[in-house]
Amino acid sequence: MGNKRLRGILLPVVTLLVFVGIWQAVCAIFEIQTYTLPSPWNIAVTMFEDSAMLGEHVLATFKLALIGLALGLVIGVAVAVFLHIVPLLREAFAPLLVLSQNVPLIALGPLLMIWFGFGWMPKLILLVLVCFFPVALSILVGLGQAEPQLREYLGMIGASRWERLKRLEFPASLSYLFSGLRIAATYVVSSAIVAEWLGANKGIGFYLKLKFNGFDQAGVFGSIVCIVTLSFLFYYAVVLAERLTIRWRPRSQGDWKGASS
Amino acid sequence: MTGSLVRNTLELSGIYKAYTRGKQQVPVLSDINLQVKAGEFVTLIGPSGSGKSTLFRLIGGVERADRGTIVIDGQEVSGQRGLISYMPQQAALFPWLSVRDNISSALVTAGASKSEAKQSAMEWLERIQLGHVAKEYPHVLSGGMQMRVSFLRALLMKRNLMCLDEPFAALDALTRADMQRWLLQLWEADRRSVLFVTHSIEEALMLSDRIYVLSSAPATVLREIAIPFERPRRADVWTDPAFVELKREVLALLEYGDSMIG
Repeated sequence: MGNKRLRGILLPVVTLLVFVGIWQAVCAIFEIQTYTLPSPWNIAVTMFEDSAMLGEHVLATFKLALIGLALGLVIGVAVAVFLHIVPLLREAFAPLLVLSQNVPLIALGPLLMIWFGFGWMPKLILLVLVCFFPVALSILVGLGQAEPQLREYLGMIGASRWERLKRLEFPASLSYLFSGLRIAATYVVSSAIVAEWLGANKGIGFYLKLKFNGFDQAGVFGSIVCIVTLSFLFYYAVVLAERLTIRWRPRSQGDWKGASS
Repeated sequence: MTGSLVRNTLELSGIYKAYTRGKQQVPVLSDINLQVKAGEFVTLIGPSGSGKSTLFRLIGGVERADRGTIVIDGQEVSGQRGLISYMPQQAALFPWLSVRDNISSALVTAGASKSEAKQSAMEWLERIQLGHVAKEYPHVLSGGMQMRVSFLRALLMKRNLMCLDEPFAALDALTRADMQRWLLQLWEADRRSVLFVTHSIEEALMLSDRIYVLSSAPATVLREIAIPFERPRRADVWTDPAFVELKREVLALLEYGDSMIG
């Protein structure tokens, strides 16, 4: 099993390295210009030269995304629990929640800026909205999925509504909550980039726009590397948190890759 | 009421319950009358689908009867919940709670304080030789062990009436016999009022003071049978000729039902 797990980590890493190697070779052999496609080496050098500035921008984006995710989580859980307890409201709002997920960020962002200015407020609202929906929806589904036998048992011994929520429905919905949170974690960084792109004076989205306008393709790729790394960190932080929280299930093999098993 | 010296823990009189299916009213329980005296082990036996689980839901207050009264400890309690302790067919342990916390959280629901609940859960787990799994999650336990935990959870809730709904139905024959002896031992030391449901005639004869044989739906009481064997029950009571005779009687009732009575 340890062998299999090691392979699960090693294989993608090797694949990535091979890909980067081929890229570097192609750039060298065909003498491709940096402003068309920078080589991995060019990108690395640019990132190193810019590292001080880049670090600040990464940190700004990281903070924004983290606060957005945390607030989205708290509000999402609170709203879902509330809707679950009041069935009439759930019936009224659950379909609207699904619909609202289809509102494009690129349309919502500028509107929020008109209403709330160019500070951190409109960006945070955007991120909270992005994280709120998958969290609220998944936990809302999870709260209704608790095992009927356990529900019946609690009914027979006369547990209160609050006890039913606390002892049964909430713990039973935790794995749903985490799958929603995984989706939110993948969205949150790219949404932060979009928000910063639309208007900001710091963050990777801002840096990206700067480099793009300056035809600095190596810089553009450098920001892509930072964005991907940041998203990766967010995603696996959630996977790790899930593992630490849900310990009562016998662990299935290779679940660290999340969706694939 | 017979035996007026002993208080009744449970009295059901004239219980009638029907469900609406489409436009039809389908009666499930029809004029059920039964009592469980204080400290008595009473078993309901009947064909499957004879509404025994419905009867439990009425006693538990999860549903209400259309007619009739349910009296627990002298009080009419129809629709009132939180008066009984309950052991369902499946162990119904919470997968995210340790074995100990599965028991203690039920005791908290029944009004115990957290610390006293944990302490008594731990003491009892040790007494039944399950102390070593107290901190484990239920999925590591065997089916028989899970049933023991589930029974202990019902036993420790400080409520006068225990309702056990076919608790051993899912176990293999050996584990089942073992569980019956184990349950008898614990119960004989504590003498709580028990209402027990089973499909197994042997199990009913083995455990009970009295049996109510129910008809198929709509269920009504076909016969009430007092079980004469002394307590503590001998493990080989099933070899007693009287046991065999009673078994034959119950079997005939279950097979031919009303026609025998009429």
